[in-house]
Amino acid sequence: MQAIEKENRTNTGFWSFWKANYFTYVPPAFITLILLIGQIFFGILDSYINVVASIVTSVVAEELLARFVLGTRKNLASAYITGISVGILIRSNMVWPYVVTALISILSKYVLRYKGRHLWNPSNFGVSWMLLMASAYVAGLGIQWGNYVLPMCIIWLLGIGIVYRAKKLHITLVYVISFTALAYVRSLITGDAFLAELAPLTGPMYQLFIFFMITDPGTTVSTKRGQIIVVILVALVEFVLRLDGFIYAPFYALCLVGPAAKFIDLKKNTPKTEVKLAV
Amino acid sequence: MSGRKSVSKIITVILFIGLLAGTALLSRQKLSSGNGGSLQTKEQALEKYGFYLEPDNKAADINFRHQSPELDPKLKHIAPQIASMGASVSVVDFDNDGWNDIYFTNSRTGSQNALYRNLHNGKFENVAVQMGVANVNKKGTGVSMGAVWGDYDNDGFEDLLLYKWGRPELFHNEGGKKLVNVTEGSGLPAWVNANSAIWFDFDNDGLLDLFIGGYYDEKYDLSNLNTTKIMPESFRYANNGGRKYLFKNMGNGKFKDVTIEYGLNSTKWALAAGAADLNGDGYPDLIIANDYNVDEFYINQHGKRFVERGKQSGIGDIPKSGMSVAFGDIDNSGLLGIYTTNITEKGILIQGNNYWKPTGPQMQEPKYANLAQLAGIENAGWSYGEQFGDLNNDGYMDLYVANGFISGKKGTSYWYDYSKVTGGNSNIIGDAANWPDMEGKSQSGYQQDKIWLNNSSGLFEDVSEKVSPYADYDGRAVAMADLWNRGVLDVIVANQNNIPLIYKNIQQNNNHWIDFDLHGTASNADAVGAKVELQWSGRKQVQVITGGIGFSSQNQHRMHFGLGAGNKVDRVLIHWPSGQTDEINNPEIDKLHNIKEKKARA
Repeated sequence: MQAIEKENRTNTGFWSFWKANYFTYVPPAFITLILLIGQIFFGILDSYINVVASIVTSVVAEELLARFVLGTRKNLASAYITGISVGILIRSNMVWPYVVTALISILSKYVLRYKGRHLWNPSNFGVSWMLLMASAYVAGLGIQWGNYVLPMCIIWLLGIGIVYRAKKLHITLVYVISFTALAYVRSLITGDAFLAELAPLTGPMYQLFIFFMITDPGTTVSTKRGQIIVVILVALVEFVLRLDGFIYAPFYALCLVGPAAKFIDLKKNTPKTEVKLAV
Repeated sequence: MSGRKSVSKIITVILFIGLLAGTALLSRQKLSSGNGGSLQTKEQALEKYGFYLEPDNKAADINFRHQSPELDPKLKHIAPQIASMGASVSVVDFDNDGWNDIYFTNSRTGSQNALYRNLHNGKFENVAVQMGVANVNKKGTGVSMGAVWGDYDNDGFEDLLLYKWGRPELFHNEGGKKLVNVTEGSGLPAWVNANSAIWFDFDNDGLLDLFIGGYYDEKYDLSNLNTTKIMPESFRYANNGGRKYLFKNMGNGKFKDVTIEYGLNSTKWALAAGAADLNGDGYPDLIIANDYNVDEFYINQHGKRFVERGKQSGIGDIPKSGMSVAFGDIDNSGLLGIYTTNITEKGILIQGNNYWKPTGPQMQEPKYANLAQLAGIENAGWSYGEQFGDLNNDGYMDLYVANGFISGKKGTSYWYDYSKVTGGNSNIIGDAANWPDMEGKSQSGYQQDKIWLNNSSGLFEDVSEKVSPYADYDGRAVAMADLWNRGVLDVIVANQNNIPLIYKNIQQNNNHWIDFDLHGTASNADAVGAKVELQWSGRKQVQVITGGIGFSSQNQHRMHFGLGAGNKVDRVLIHWPSGQTDEINNPEIDKLHNIKEKKARA
């Protein structure tokens, strides 16, 4: 999820003021919390260097590209989220894939644009590209949290709370419901246990996916109805990819559906207000 | 300003396209070049590398074939995965005739293990039935997973510890004529689902003690289950494996369980163990390679207790899929490094194997850095067994790694199905009923073993397809031994559900060698734990005697050193487990030296 900062702020009380001015920092704080919980309880990072490399690359690239390509300065919260997502979501024995993935992710925001907007969620593009095209060096986060239920519950509760505040809860819920229903259909088709089909949803990869990627305000379509249709389409494409044995199906599905939907949305509805990425 | 922005945009697009194209091309290049080079003829290999590993099963009269275990019908849908171990090999001179013999385990109920006696003429004869170690895979006592030989009563003959998914069994060697089952009353447990065991003298009292590592929880008989909740609770953090056993040899044919007392309370999924004095205090420390969790490093507190220091040392920092342990001084620094194998499947799971090199001089709590990537011995495949040994006698230790998990239907892969459950919650992954049906699929199958040639100072070259014919069996255990007393290391690989490979090492070089066979007097008779430091031509190499090393394997007892062109050994230091150090100056080269510890136990 990329933080947003609306131009039209309403000063109707402390909460509104706080939300308008500081909510942009909640998602970065949340993803940092996920990282910390994951690392403290389970040691999900193989090396701190990798995540530091991807964060630094993202932030520096964002700063430079915003300045030289767009001629502006940006809040770097979104780049931080991209960097941390890359650091968690890919696995490699070397440092350079973390740097390159972060760089590709941020560059995609400045190259793959339409009507002044980027089409792909940055880390979704970068991670998908590397998993598909650089498989000799990169694998995905295919692990589970471990055996502690409490940290997982905390992440889920906080995540739900934050996407609710960001008014994106419907996206997360529709996706989870769609995934669950389609997991059942897949189990009927493959003959595998329903729990086996449902299992990926319980892992950290999906927690990042449903709380950060599919709810990214920068790349979701403009209407609530449209967002629901898009997320169902993402789940459906993932369903097909899963039947074909794609391990990283959710990333690929979002990578295919998300930009197409955003493109159509932008073509039909030119944004009325300027939404500046705080990112 | 606008012009500057345009230039910036163009640079950005070029950089973006360059990165996309570069990563894709680099990956494709790596995938196509990672097979150990193009196939070469024997003559080309001999010319270039000075050695060639030639399969010799037929000439050696070795026709053994491993059969996988039978499992409870409740596990039928994932049987190939569960029944994926049991092919082991151990080298022993059980009749003390000075020629290495070979023992293979089998794993199907009713199948026979094989003990191949060396006939000294290039051939072997299976004498397992006559010796009483063939019919050991029975209902009620379980099936074999591996074997380690050790002279536990110091009578000069190697005894046998057979570990199983079942009852561990101890056989006493009666003067090389017969192996008698003496399990009853020995103190060994009734059931362990063990995939590792080693002999070592952890308290240096001159008697070989025993470590047995459980894999599945010992409460399960995998051929007769009343539950399917037997699987690891996590792919990286599982602690629901079998318990560990540390048995102290009481000297009267009895072994005392001192596991808890000595602090080995881990229930991780152990697949291999290795013991050597890694901190220089004279007592053997213990490395355990664990599947589904971190590897463990137990520092021996002067024979009184073990303290786990995996995380502190670096060895236990990152959870991988530990399969095997071996020790090797790959850069002739006089320091032992530790090699552990894991899983690498491109695009899915890139764990990489580890070579743990001490970061400084020996100290009470040594620290290690993983140099596998720098040395070029990181990515092998789904690796199991491994052994270090100087295959071309050039004075540097080479490395053989066995690869391949399940070779099922070609063109199929179980990895997607596997990834579903392994990414799930512990309640899901832990129940075999949730695991998708394998339907005969492959998983990291048809992989070639890796042969890495040490090109001096710890830099390795992948010569897998250059120095032996292509073979893609599901490799498990590896052992190195001079099978025909020629002064070279031959290689034996036990393959799961298939024939083993007996590689005769053909040499074409002018390199020299020297071998030592150590016999303890104050120390245990096998001299397990003894460290030999060889100094020659300005080089120094150390090796240790182990009572089982690798994955389900045991090398020959004697130590083999290649010398390269060096035609003189300056000095040999033998550090015995008793604490004594013997020194030999200018020993004759190209010869096996039988060395007896000088000072007898009082």
